[in-house]
Amino acid sequence: MIPLSLEHFNLMPPAIDVRQARKRYGNLQALDGVDLRIEQGEFFGLLGPNGAGKTTLINLLAGLALPDDGQLSVLGHDVVKQYRASRRLLGVVPQELAFDPFFTVRETLRLQSGFFGLRRNDAWIDEVMHHLDLTSKADTNMRRLSGGMKRRVLVAQALVHKPPVIVLDEPTAGVDVELRQSLWRFIQQLNRDGHTILLTTHYLEEAEALCTRIAMLKHGRIVALDSTQNLLSSLAGCRVRLKLAGHLPAALLPQVVEQTNDDYLLTLPSYQALESMLAELRVAGVAVQEMTLQQPDLEEVFLRLVGRVVH
Amino acid sequence: MLSFCSLLYKEVFRVWKVGFQTVLAPVLTALLYLLIFSHVLAQHVEVYPGVHYTAFLIPGLMMMAILQNAFANSSSSLIQSKITGNIVFVLLAPIAYWEFLAAYVLASMLRGLVVGIGIYLAALWFAQPPMLFPLWIILFAVLGSAMLGSLGVVAGMWAEKFDQLAGFQNFIIMPLTFLSGVFYSIHSLPPFWQALSRFNPFFYMIDGFRYGFFGVSDISPWVSLTVVGGCMLGLMLLSLGLLKSGYKLRY
Repeated sequence: MIPLSLEHFNLMPPAIDVRQARKRYGNLQALDGVDLRIEQGEFFGLLGPNGAGKTTLINLLAGLALPDDGQLSVLGHDVVKQYRASRRLLGVVPQELAFDPFFTVRETLRLQSGFFGLRRNDAWIDEVMHHLDLTSKADTNMRRLSGGMKRRVLVAQALVHKPPVIVLDEPTAGVDVELRQSLWRFIQQLNRDGHTILLTTHYLEEAEALCTRIAMLKHGRIVALDSTQNLLSSLAGCRVRLKLAGHLPAALLPQVVEQTNDDYLLTLPSYQALESMLAELRVAGVAVQEMTLQQPDLEEVFLRLVGRVVH
Repeated sequence: MLSFCSLLYKEVFRVWKVGFQTVLAPVLTALLYLLIFSHVLAQHVEVYPGVHYTAFLIPGLMMMAILQNAFANSSSSLIQSKITGNIVFVLLAPIAYWEFLAAYVLASMLRGLVVGIGIYLAALWFAQPPMLFPLWIILFAVLGSAMLGSLGVVAGMWAEKFDQLAGFQNFIIMPLTFLSGVFYSIHSLPPFWQALSRFNPFFYMIDGFRYGFFGVSDISPWVSLTVVGGCMLGLMLLSLGLLKSGYKLRY
């Protein structure tokens, strides 16, 4: 007999629930009726080009902006009506690099703990600093830190109150590989411990590697919302990079995506189409010098849905 | 409550870290006013019978400094946080609107009162004004600094750049404090200016505060108390309303 839990009745409130959220800034409709439900424990990715509405959505969740219409809640707490409860459950790493020049790293983290009603939080502050490689800078004034270090403190500030829902808005923008790796290790550990993660990033490979579900925003609307696996498999077929000892037969030219001298990149509708491509080459007497198969990646899905490059 | 205490601590700590600029500088400025005005006018002016002009000047200068510094504290703290972006840490936290307001206003009051006490102590070297009704002194110092602390919160929320805040300070706060009877009794003014002074809430703060020292005033301290208390309450409610609406803080 399977023991019943709240989960079986789907009574657990979602970590994040957004219903018909709208927000307009002047003539710009930043969010245009967004619906989004993120379950507890998910590692969720929010992708989209600049100006798609990602930060606006995060600002509405965090209370940094107020919605024109719609409801948003964090673990069942409305972000407007029950703003104190919802903010207590949310840890946000903002995109903009901000710091208070009057304080050291430790003072900053102690103050932030106090803002969230926590006293004597030093054990957790030390642990967060350790994971983010900040221990040696604990007593350094914020003004004296490099940009990367300030970014680490931003992450630490979002985590001082051990929030069950963590929102990271472009946390790795402009930071070195070392921080990215240590940050992701720590965030993945928090996710394994049950924290829900909402991530926005321009590094699609990060989203592909970390997120179990992804939503893509465009012009304030969600244009795709599915598991990372389903989004990737929605791109049927594959890409083939060929280096030929001769010219590509005319019958294959419509499938060419890129060409540099005798190097060709072709898209094929399925793996079965490989056989007919090779047959065409054999008939034309063109020898294959090198051949590489490429798997579809999130960037292709992104480009197809959003229609332009994000880097 | 701990959120409020932390925000208050942060604001007070900020003042303390730049104490030279936030406390010592205004004390020195007030002493310069005292030195120059008392030197030039002491032999020519006797505002209240038996009260030396230097002694008359001290409560006015104290109150002027209390008001200006209370305003400067909350307004400059808010605009700095808005411009540097670190206001986000306060906005993200589960701090109630009243806690937000109370922390900024209390820190402003503290700075204003410390500056006021500093001026009093330093001015004792020049003259020793009596303190006939200390409770009135405390009451007007507390209400006045709270009122200007709230006004500073409103100005800090409204201003988007330092320029706008400087305009608020130079074109509203400064004229109102200078024309409130810091250096004179409004009875020495022509009737038109006397009547106009009664629309200046700063006049009631200075007059009521001075009553606590000398037991004489241009107007009944109870009237002053009503005006100052009403203005303070009005500004507190306005600040609270603006904070709730997210005015220029939560876009």
